Amino acid sequence: MKLSLKFKIISLFIILLVVILLGLIKGSVKLSLSDLLLNENRDILYLRLSRIFLAILTGAGLAVSGIALQAILRNPLAEPYLLGTSSGAGLGAVLAIIIGLQSIYLPLAAFLGAALTIILVYNLARQGNKVPVQSLILSGVIVSITLSGIVVFLISFSGNEALHGVMWWLWGSLQVYDFKLLFIISFLVILGILLIFIFSQDLNAISIGEEEATHLGINTETIKKILFFTTSFITAGLVCICGIIGFVGLIIPHIMRFIFGANHRILIPTTCLAGAIFMILCDMFSRALFSPLEIPIGVITAIIGTPVFIILLKMKQKIK
Amino acid sequence: MEINNLCGGYGKEIIIKELSFKIKEGDLFGIIGPNGSGKSTLLRLMSRVLTPQGGNILLEGIDINQMKLKEFAKKVAFVPQETLINFSFSVEDIVLMGRIPHLRRLQFETKNDFLIAEESLRLTDTFYLKDKEIENLSAGERQRVIIAKALAQQPKLLFLDEPTSHLDIGHQIQILDLLKKLNRQNNLTIVMVLHDLNLASAYCDRLVLLNNGAIFQEGTPEEVLTYQSIEAVYKTVVLVNENPLSHKPNVILVPTDKQWKPN
Repeated sequence: MKLSLKFKIISLFIILLVVILLGLIKGSVKLSLSDLLLNENRDILYLRLSRIFLAILTGAGLAVSGIALQAILRNPLAEPYLLGTSSGAGLGAVLAIIIGLQSIYLPLAAFLGAALTIILVYNLARQGNKVPVQSLILSGVIVSITLSGIVVFLISFSGNEALHGVMWWLWGSLQVYDFKLLFIISFLVILGILLIFIFSQDLNAISIGEEEATHLGINTETIKKILFFTTSFITAGLVCICGIIGFVGLIIPHIMRFIFGANHRILIPTTCLAGAIFMILCDMFSRALFSPLEIPIGVITAIIGTPVFIILLKMKQKIK
Repeated sequence: MEINNLCGGYGKEIIIKELSFKIKEGDLFGIIGPNGSGKSTLLRLMSRVLTPQGGNILLEGIDINQMKLKEFAKKVAFVPQETLINFSFSVEDIVLMGRIPHLRRLQFETKNDFLIAEESLRLTDTFYLKDKEIENLSAGERQRVIIAKALAQQPKLLFLDEPTSHLDIGHQIQILDLLKKLNRQNNLTIVMVLHDLNLASAYCDRLVLLNNGAIFQEGTPEEVLTYQSIEAVYKTVVLVNENPLSHKPNVILVPTDKQWKPN
């Protein structure tokens, strides 16, 4: 491994540690680190730790899913929500609210909605035993738009309460309501990330072309299917615990490619770190900026993410 | 490689019909024919991108479609017409991908793999590009890097689909000289689809001329590139004489207004 690469990775780790500490201290109540460790503040400590854990999980999961999708679809605009998972989850949740299910069943309804959408999109795109990427993108986008339309339609007929519940889904939050659910989802997401990492060499080959990958002895169709379902289920899991958090899955992969190049064996682990850092920071802002009011985290990721991305893009163009 | 009664195409459309021929070890073999005659389809069948609908292809006596894809990739490499890469891989990354068939999943390249990649870069005169990003290379450089990647697979057989069609004449000669050198010095068997009949004539030992998915003629350039067969297959008038340097057939196109017309 080259020295500069080692240096960059160690820097990422250090930044992650600093950000975790910052995330612990900042919040609606400012506490120093030593105060946090006091017995009376234990609840706050646990609460913040759980949020940071969820931030790491979400950041890493969404960013790595974005990477995998961009590679298998060979489309730099691909992101985890492109293929309809989020709208499916949204619809599931809205239906559950309207039917009047208890709120503990909401994540389950969202997950079911997402899972059914994934299956629908996959079958729409399938031609025989092949899944051409163009038709996958097309069917994903179409299903996504249709389901979003249905969601808005349903909201317009229901009361304010439902609307409020749905707003939370549309912009996301890292508030942890249910620790059991967090445990299950984190298991799913970590497993998914590991699976994607196992296929990193295949992703390298597929990103230069499907036929090219076949010529390197890679069973492209199988790998595409595995990765489509893996990324979709990571996304579905995350959507049902923290709603839709945009831009992370699109921008972090690009930023990391600027810095580390396109080799997925390095890109995937470093993107996990960067996604985690970015999410912790965004969550910190969402809690601390107008405390005690909490700004939806999706708003922060969009407002912070886009300028950072543009600056990097311009820097890259200048180098060239 | 031995091709027996091969049939195949896309879906229900059969393009290659009952085709048989042999490629000997050490051959520099050219596939020529008009647009739509099935050249690329044949190459895709031979490289397992498509599955035959009839007949078989034997490599060293074994049906290639019975082999594991990975084992096949250790023996056969492929260079497409043009490779468009949207991601910023370095040249070294790309060439190291040629080692994928030889590595287990999650196994990192050993020193030996790096040496093989370096040798492939040197053979194709691309070593100086090693740390550059592939998307910033010119078409000629990129094609040589893709050939280097194929060489890193250490294949016995190399397929190329019109490797020079996007290049200017200088780069065309550069690539074909490189292929000839690899064929002669490294005893690499090469099968390539070529559009340019004169390049096919100058560089290939044997040619097969396709017409409507069947072989019209097979043999040395002298045997295949006659004005009779070219006119029959390409439906155009040509003049064939001898290239003064290579003494191989030289095909000259004859525009309609220069053609002799009986009164």
